[in-house]
Amino acid sequence: MQTEVIIAGFGGQGVLFAGQLLAYAAMDEGKQVTWIPSYGPEMRGGTANCTVIISDEEIGSPLVFHPKAVIAMNRPSLDKYEPMIKPGGVLIINSSMVDRKATRTDIKVVEVDANVVAEKLGDKRLSNMVLLGALLHQLGVMPAEAIEKALRSHLPERHHKLLPQNYEALHEGARFQVVEI
Amino acid sequence: MARELMKGNEAVAEAAVRAGVAAYFGYPITPQTELLEYMSRRMPELGRAFVQAESELAAVNMVYGAACTGQRVMSSSSSPGVSLMMEGVSYIAGTELPMVLVDVMRGGPGLGNIAPAQGDYNQIVHGGGHGDYHSIVLAPANVQEAVDFMALAFDLAEKYRSVTVVLMDGMLGQMMEPCELPAMLPMKTEFPDWAVTGAKGRERRFLTSINLNPTQQEITNLRMLNRWAQVEANEIRYREYFMEDAKYAVVAYGSAGRISLSAVRTARAEGIKVGLLRPITLSPFPREAIYQASRKLDGMLVVEMSSGQMLDDVLAATRFTVPTEFCARIGGVVPYPDEVLDSIRNLVKGPLTTEGHPRDRWLKRMAERN
Repeated sequence: MQTEVIIAGFGGQGVLFAGQLLAYAAMDEGKQVTWIPSYGPEMRGGTANCTVIISDEEIGSPLVFHPKAVIAMNRPSLDKYEPMIKPGGVLIINSSMVDRKATRTDIKVVEVDANVVAEKLGDKRLSNMVLLGALLHQLGVMPAEAIEKALRSHLPERHHKLLPQNYEALHEGARFQVVEI
Repeated sequence: MARELMKGNEAVAEAAVRAGVAAYFGYPITPQTELLEYMSRRMPELGRAFVQAESELAAVNMVYGAACTGQRVMSSSSSPGVSLMMEGVSYIAGTELPMVLVDVMRGGPGLGNIAPAQGDYNQIVHGGGHGDYHSIVLAPANVQEAVDFMALAFDLAEKYRSVTVVLMDGMLGQMMEPCELPAMLPMKTEFPDWAVTGAKGRERRFLTSINLNPTQQEITNLRMLNRWAQVEANEIRYREYFMEDAKYAVVAYGSAGRISLSAVRTARAEGIKVGLLRPITLSPFPREAIYQASRKLDGMLVVEMSSGQMLDDVLAATRFTVPTEFCARIGGVVPYPDEVLDSIRNLVKGPLTTEGHPRDRWLKRMAERN
């Protein structure tokens, strides 16, 4: 069984970190995992994305044309990746940053007002965690606790005061339901 | 041992440290820079030598000098930087010194771009520098292999007094995967009898690649060739997937190899009896393994991120007797497994032929596609 996730957005939105966290959690769960970023000449405010593949066996291609799931953190990412998602797959949209609805009817779409939720929690930089929480809830490859554990184990000690907020962001994200298209 | 999630470039650097590298010399270039950056922090921390040289040319010649002492030494770079190093690599080969070089290939020729590619195959596998010599070339396909091949690279370089290149690409350098790092090896305390370690109380040793007497140079070259024959006899490595009952096989290395693995799995699920033969040593090339495998096959597909540089070696290995097709993306474009899968399906559909050249047919398909 292989699950492919693309997380895409603007540089600075925590796209790469969210992907790494997913990869750490998968590794700690004993799975095979590959994380690969887009690494062009990037800049703050430019586009950034990463692909995470989680599998029970040796991973072949680290890049996929048809991912199982996508987190689209801005409009360009939604436009680019919505058509590529596997039928039956999952699309998580950061509706705070996107001014249109999804059009696919053969996938599960979750609209998450991630920036608003994050700001309510006290830090808008938590929006990536809110979206990750929504993704995990739909995907079912790992429990949210795996991400919490990964945060605890791999975040430097000096950032541990931020853990409760991050946990809360994951839980808030998981409350968002699939929308009818 | 616990697995760590590491970026390919950094994992390779740490693996080299644990293999006992005493000195690293390099110059930054994307997509390899994290390797050098990691070394810049780690080597001084351990009291070992790190030098960011003023150029790749300087770096490789620092490696040359340091290698003369018999210590484990290395450099790393990416395609254009590796080109700059080639004069020094030839001198090191000519002096019969061990050296480890990591090439994290990018799109080219020229300055090209920083995307993953395999266009350095001919340069690295078939020589690189001038003159009559062979390098050992190891091609990992994932971060764990890249880690494992670092200690192996130093061992082989020392055993055969050879240049050993770990040939990766930007994708392997930039990706993160879990890996198990080996235990830290103790630093070398004994050095071979050719190493210049200070001549106090003994006859001085002389290391050079200059040999103005052609007869003497010929003797040196024959000695190196005989050593190479040992490499060919003992050090060929490759990995096979689904080959037991295969009627078709994909041959691909490194990133192209693992991308092909995805395609082969899907093709198997469709009922196509296809396997994958992934060369790990590109030099020495697994010629015999490919030949023996090819005798049982109806057709082969070579997949590369270069324009058929390895294809020519595969065709030669099969003695041009097996219908072969070619699939590639070049210039830094990474193929998706879907494209490889299409090529597998087309191979099976036929017509199967040994007429013409697979590269010509591929080029025609690429022209039609654009």
